[in-house]
Amino acid sequence: MVQIFARVNGTEHPLPQDSRRTLLDWLREDLGLTGAKKGCDHGQCGACTVLVDGRRINSCLSLAQLHEGDEIETIEGIGGADSLSTLQKAFVTHDGFQCGYCTPGQICSAKALMRELAEGWPSAVSEDVAAHPPISGEELRERMSGNLCRCGAYSNIIAAIEEMIAEAPGTPAGRQDA
Amino acid sequence: MKPFTLNHAQSANEALASLAGGATAIAGGTNLVDLMKLQIATPDELVSIRRTGLDAITPENDGLRIGALVTNADCAADLRVRKSWPLLAKAILAGASPQLRNRATTGGNLCQRTRCGYFYDTTQACNKREPGSGCAAREGFNRIHAVLGTSDACIATYPGDMAVALLALDAVVHVEGPQGARTISVGEFHRQPGDDPGRDNVLERGELITAVTLPAPTGGRQIYRKVRDRASYAFALISVAIDLSMEGDRIARCALAFGSLGTVPWRDPAVEAVLVGERPSPALFDKAADVLLRDARGFGKNDFKIALARRALAATLHEATKG
Ligand SMILES: Cc1cc2nc3c(=O)[nH]c(=O)nc-3n(C[C@H](O)[C@H](O)[C@H](O)COP(=O)(O)OP(=O)(O)OC[C@H]3O[C@@H](n4cnc5c(N)ncnc54)[C@H](O)[C@@H]3O)c2cc1C
Ligand code: SF4
Ligand code: FES
Ligand code: FES
Repeated sequence: MVQIFARVNGTEHPLPQDSRRTLLDWLREDLGLTGAKKGCDHGQCGACTVLVDGRRINSCLSLAQLHEGDEIETIEGIGGADSLSTLQKAFVTHDGFQCGYCTPGQICSAKALMRELAEGWPSAVSEDVAAHPPISGEELRERMSGNLCRCGAYSNIIAAIEEMIAEAPGTPAGRQDA
Repeated sequence: MKPFTLNHAQSANEALASLAGGATAIAGGTNLVDLMKLQIATPDELVSIRRTGLDAITPENDGLRIGALVTNADCAADLRVRKSWPLLAKAILAGASPQLRNRATTGGNLCQRTRCGYFYDTTQACNKREPGSGCAAREGFNRIHAVLGTSDACIATYPGDMAVALLALDAVVHVEGPQGARTISVGEFHRQPGDDPGRDNVLERGELITAVTLPAPTGGRQIYRKVRDRASYAFALISVAIDLSMEGDRIARCALAFGSLGTVPWRDPAVEAVLVGERPSPALFDKAADVLLRDARGFGKNDFKIALARRALAATLHEATKG
């Protein structure tokens, strides 16, 4: 059998031989990267969110072998205990979690959201889908709706993301509300 | 999951060869993997069509050709789609979540299966999953089920959003298969259950969706109204897609499609005929609803959909026709 590879947080790893392995199970069980969580295993919660080539996906619904050559980033790649990213620090500042189970998914999701905003992707609440979307609380809530938080830390999660947006250099201005 | 082999097609022809040999196509996998985990789908052989090169959006005549492997996210982010067919972008963005849309594809979205809870529960009777076993939804918890196009065998909806917009936009599905290439209008793509609910659409064995094409933009006012249990990341209870143009104070042209109301994305020319040439008014909208719902039938828990459809239609028409 031909060995195929994917890069995870900058390091190349052979993909699993078992075609049934999901990307999530491969990361957690085989690579020991337990940051991404299994909340529902059916695409319904977002706890398993990771980045593939910079885009967020639900790793529980993707077969690992479909990721040949992909660049995968997990929460471990975004920052660890002594190398917290700006967004991770903002989550701490704003108490963006209680139990923390959804947090890796929230942070991966928010990282991808920044790029989507910079690229002008509209959302379901954008008034004019053809225009560059404004950054508002409503927009951020809609764009984070693929990540559930059973503890209900939503308002603090949004506060953390707003802080990151305010601090990030070169992000589009134009906030309409806060 | 049952064990299966997984091959990676590098071209549409390679994919077609695998499909002819009995393989099942996997695109984003956001529906298929879910169904495989629950052993509702148990393919022996999968062929990944992700790298077949069918992932481009290109102009065609005055319209647009959207490759079957274009992700829902990329389609809704495409400036041509957003400017000239905003209904399509709006419907896609109203569905699923950003993570799912990044993986879900145009072809896979069209082929997504119902969300009937009994279809997902292998301990229950379901003619769609297991022909001849019965339909647990009929007498059961059928709140999300269809009120139009149902049959004794099955009352499940096609649950998606994108196809509802495509139906209002007169899109066409392009397919290749053992018998060559053919085109199917979106309105003829999904099948009402009849006595064979196992087949959701008219794709034949071995056929591959290669693209969806949109005709020239109409320049009409386009709205997608999705009514659901929570504001985001939920399937529709009812959705309405409209593409409408006014001439003076009269409706000159109107395309209307409904999601999660019937067993298939629903479009009824008689409804549009009621509206065209008329001045918008609550009485007219009510008349259109009468025509739309003339054969509607609830099954208990979903009776509310009949009243909801009337209100959703009126609200959408009001918004599309106001000054
Ligand atoms: C939690 C959750 C919420 C969701 N909410 C919504 C929602 O609100 N609105 C909505 O519209 N959708 C929703 N979806 C469904 C989602 O849009 C679909 O799962 C997705 O569009 C399927 O696309 P895919 O590429 O992943 O298909 P896959 O899972 O890869 O395939 C689905 C089916 O299509 C077949 N197929 C795929 N591509 C082709 C092709 N080119 N030719 C022939 N056959 C093909 C496959 O063989 C398979 O049978 C939701 C899904 C989840 C998990
Ligand atoms: S409504 Fe259709 S899908 Fe649901 S249980 Fe009945 S036969 Fe199965
Ligand atoms: S574990 Fe993947 S979405 Fe819930
Ligand atoms: S912090 Fe507990 S689930 Fe979000």
